[in-house]
Amino acid sequence: MLKVDYEACTGCKVCEKVCPFAAIIVVPETKKAKVLDTCTLCGTCVNACKFEALSIERRAISEEELAKFSGVFVWGEWEKKEDSNKIKRVVLELLGKGRELAEKLGETLSVILPGYNVEHLIPELFHHGADKVYLCDHVLLEQYTTDGYATTISSVIATEKPSIVLYGATPNGRDLAPRIAARLALGLTADCTGLDINESRQLLQTRPAFGGNIMASILSPYTRPQMSSVRPNVFSKSNPDSSRTGDIVRVNVNLNRITIRTKIVEEIVSQDDSINIEEAKVLVSAGKGIGDKENLKLIEELAQELNGTVSGSRALVDLGWIPHPQQVGQSGKTVAPTLYLALGISGAIQHLVGMSASDTIISINNDPEAAIFKVSDFGIVGNMFDIVPEFIKQLKEYKRVQTEKPG
Amino acid sequence: MKIVVLVKQVPEADKVAVDPETGTLIREGITSILNPYCEYALDEAVKLKNTHPEENIEIITISMGPPQTKMALLRCLELGADKAYLLSDRKFAGSDVWATSTALKEGVVNLEPEFDLILAGKQAIDGDTAQVPAEIAEQLGVPQITYGVKVQIVDKKVEVKREIETGYQIVSARMPALVTMSKGSNIRRIPSMKEVLNARKKPLEVLTADDIGIDENKVGLKASPTQVARIFAPPEKVGGEIIDGSDHIVAAKNLLEFLIVNNYIKE
Ligand SMILES: Cc1cc2nc3c(=O)[nH]c(=O)nc-3n(C[C@H](O)[C@H](O)[C@H](O)COP(=O)(O)OP(=O)(O)OC[C@H]3O[C@@H](n4cnc5c(N)ncnc54)[C@H](O)[C@@H]3O)c2cc1C
Ligand SMILES: Cc1cc2nc3c(=O)[nH]c(=O)nc-3n(C[C@H](O)[C@H](O)[C@H](O)COP(=O)(O)OP(=O)(O)OC[C@H]3O[C@@H](n4cnc5c(N)ncnc54)[C@H](O)[C@@H]3O)c2cc1C
Ligand code: SF4
Ligand code: SF4
Repeated sequence: MLKVDYEACTGCKVCEKVCPFAAIIVVPETKKAKVLDTCTLCGTCVNACKFEALSIERRAISEEELAKFSGVFVWGEWEKKEDSNKIKRVVLELLGKGRELAEKLGETLSVILPGYNVEHLIPELFHHGADKVYLCDHVLLEQYTTDGYATTISSVIATEKPSIVLYGATPNGRDLAPRIAARLALGLTADCTGLDINESRQLLQTRPAFGGNIMASILSPYTRPQMSSVRPNVFSKSNPDSSRTGDIVRVNVNLNRITIRTKIVEEIVSQDDSINIEEAKVLVSAGKGIGDKENLKLIEELAQELNGTVSGSRALVDLGWIPHPQQVGQSGKTVAPTLYLALGISGAIQHLVGMSASDTIISINNDPEAAIFKVSDFGIVGNMFDIVPEFIKQLKEYKRVQTEKPG
Repeated sequence: MKIVVLVKQVPEADKVAVDPETGTLIREGITSILNPYCEYALDEAVKLKNTHPEENIEIITISMGPPQTKMALLRCLELGADKAYLLSDRKFAGSDVWATSTALKEGVVNLEPEFDLILAGKQAIDGDTAQVPAEIAEQLGVPQITYGVKVQIVDKKVEVKREIETGYQIVSARMPALVTMSKGSNIRRIPSMKEVLNARKKPLEVLTADDIGIDENKVGLKASPTQVARIFAPPEKVGGEIIDGSDHIVAAKNLLEFLIVNNYIKE
């Protein structure tokens, strides 16, 4: 509860001005601050009040307790690709960031790797910066299940006592991380886009909320490890050093079939498994402005000419014109290609949060007010059905001239 | 059979913004709505009720929030819920995911201990963490299936079509279980006059922490391991060049030049 010390309060209204939630007002009759129901106890006003009239009672913990925890850990998520297993790209991104955090703290970087027959994935983890890999090999970990993975990883965390644990905010990462957080009664910051160490050696976790309209910096001051899930495609992958090696710790995994309470009955892979819009360098993205499913052919042709992949807004997924794995945005995927073309996409905030980190954004839209233009590096106000075919024609001509040039 | 639907009232996300100068949330003219993903969850519960008359399904919605959350719960009753509970108390203020899930778990255990299925939204569009349901499932000791798009009941088991990165999975679990929904059809359905009138006759109870016997040290800010240290506006991207495309030949030419200059065209 936020407490106001009426003796100290001068009615200066500073708290009223700084509160992000309009949750504190100075009552004109009494000239004293009053806290409203909407107060989230964020603490902004406490720091702003020059008269020390505001206070929030917070929990405390001893430094010695916190110092017992050391090491940055990353969940080594992998995926099946054409019958072989592959470390997910976000893990390599986390290793890049994790290395930086570990060095700032003077601690080591480790990967927890649950799976079955996944030992061959370990060298890549060392090359990308891991000092140690906890290999949790068990036949019941062959496929991801919440119960199997949560039990395995929780027990490694409980015995090894790291100071930080990071998860990729993939569908399975977002399924798993809160389960572990609740089991160990820990804080968990969701979908981080920034991680750093502050002057008190705490993990400063930055994340978007309210559909990307606001950013928040979050701390977990009293509990260890500090845990975060991190959006894919936000941090860059570290450069591999093939001479690096490390220690392998073989974890004795104790799992029983009855402790895994969900069963995967069937897996329906969307038509083309090779389409992975998260890894594409060029995305040609279509929105409802294409008007008709038939017009996707034009988008596909453009994508082919630009060596790109087709993606789209949720509107097209809802219409059933493109499958969900190709959806960009809050309820789809976060992408960051080098080139993103938005054709007939209005630029709703839920779409923008999924693509605004792209290096270059180009948009075509016939509405000059469309929000997509605000994030575009190059925009054309016009009819895509006139511009796109003409552009393809000119592009083909350009390529032809280039290849005919001598030398 | 009892289905508990967890619902949250949220501000319409499109309209929330931070004033870049003062760093404060601009809340003027912002209306509160039932979180869309919660609406999907409720809708799925109503579908199950209609397709399984033999199960005699009762739908109970539970929410934790300020007193005005009653509006969202009333909407749930209009859309087909049978009963609604609101957990509302200053002691819950400042709760993070862990403390929120603790309060809701206590609510479920005290109010509907015999539940068979809990349906929740995949994510609330304000806090946006998508973490509360899994933490409740863990605290209740039941299995969870997240990112559902369709739920079926097949001989005492729940079978869920779940979105994964490469497509879909069908996952089943014995009940009691918790499922989160990431899609549905009837978003923002307008209830009929009859439904609106009926809803006013259904029970809607507001309960405090004491009413459901929650220890006040387990909820609210003091029980929250995470803390929001600062809120700020996202860095704004400076818009680039916007050209008029009424002459499509010139526009296409400009686009091609832009791509060539920036090295995006390779033979
Ligand atoms: C909880 C929630 C989650 C969501 N998640 C996502 C998400 O993950 N991803 C997502 O994309 N959306 C998401 N949405 C939906 C989002 O709010 C928008 O409704 C959606 O992005 C709109 O898609 P659109 O831009 O394709 O369609 P519209 O908004 O209908 O835009 C079509 C655009 O095409 C333009 N146009 C029309 N004809 C032409 C033409 N001939 N030439 C050029 N331009 C033309 C129009 O001017 C218009 O700007 C979500 C919504 C909610 C509530
Ligand atoms: C800017 C900002 C950032 C934050 N970041 C974090 C963070 O990273 N980690 C953290 O622990 N806390 C965080 N918090 C606190 C967090 O918003 C609250 O704890 C909130 O209660 C968590 O809910 P959510 O909106 O994320 O719900 P989600 O987990 O996204 O909600 C999913 C579903 O759970 C159910 N549900 C959620 N809340 C309720 C409720 N009150 N009543 C009934 N059902 C509910 C609904 O079915 C909902 O659809 C943050 C707060 C702010 C203001
Ligand atoms: S900032 Fe402090 S002194 Fe000024 S009105 Fe607020 S509580 Fe009172
Ligand atoms: S603690 Fe935060 S939300 Fe509460 S009154 Fe102060 S500034 Fe506003």
